[in-house]
Amino acid sequence: MIPFIITALFGFFIYLVFTAGSGNIGLWSSSELIAGVALGILTGIVTRNFLCRKKNYRMANPIRLILLAVYIILPFFIEMTKANLDVAYRVITMKIRPGIVRVESNLRTDLGIFMLANSITLTPGTITVDIDEKTHDLFIHNINIGEGDEEKAAFKDVELFSLANLPAWIRRIAE
Amino acid sequence: MIIEGVILIFLLIGTSFNTLGVLGLLRFPDLYTRMHATTKATTFGSIFTSLSVVVYGLWLFFDSKDSQFMVLAIHAFIAMLALAFTNAVGSHAIARAAHRMGIKPSPAICDRLEEFHP
Repeated sequence: MIPFIITALFGFFIYLVFTAGSGNIGLWSSSELIAGVALGILTGIVTRNFLCRKKNYRMANPIRLILLAVYIILPFFIEMTKANLDVAYRVITMKIRPGIVRVESNLRTDLGIFMLANSITLTPGTITVDIDEKTHDLFIHNINIGEGDEEKAAFKDVELFSLANLPAWIRRIAE
Repeated sequence: MIIEGVILIFLLIGTSFNTLGVLGLLRFPDLYTRMHATTKATTFGSIFTSLSVVVYGLWLFFDSKDSQFMVLAIHAFIAMLALAFTNAVGSHAIARAAHRMGIKPSPAICDRLEEFHP
């Protein structure tokens, strides 16, 4: 029952965001609200086992959702700006030392690994290529490996980011 | 006047990073390094071009109180979020599939994935 309620509310919320500005009740018209309720219930019935597959409802905590928004706007965006200036520099000068390295992540949940992999892809001169399913280590392609770093067996996830400690943020949000 | 300037600056940043992404796609030597240019630079550029649409929509909304411009801003914002996520996930899928197919990074200092499953 709880997965159904969460999924239905989530679907209803997404529908409200898409149809904002259609009428006078708040921002919505009455027909859009009725359609939103009906579609939310339908979505909840069909997909209740996909959104809450692990039966763990920690992401329904509003503090985590606010932290997620803050994470995307502040530290993630700063790292992304720096990464893009770095890529622009390498496109112009072609100074590259590419290679695939192993990165240890101490995250255990699926959402945590997903967020770390996407953050790595979009931020610091690295893209995620593959994952070791047993130990949850990531294999990443780094465009500029430092001198001597290629002998290391595995990097720590914190070493990839220089300006903000993104893995600690992800641990606070998703674990 | 100021808002027009902000929109112009956002468009300038966005298009210049998209141009750099295309240049990187042409200049880098192999698939993985090219993917760096196409995922990072084009995501960043497209975020800024979408942000300029969001600012334009909000400006017209507060100017004319017509709700269709708020719809424009909200939809451009959702498009921006969807773009950032799908770009990252798609590039990861392409890189993984390429490595499994046997396309190795050709100028490479080290390749730990090769040792992991050869």
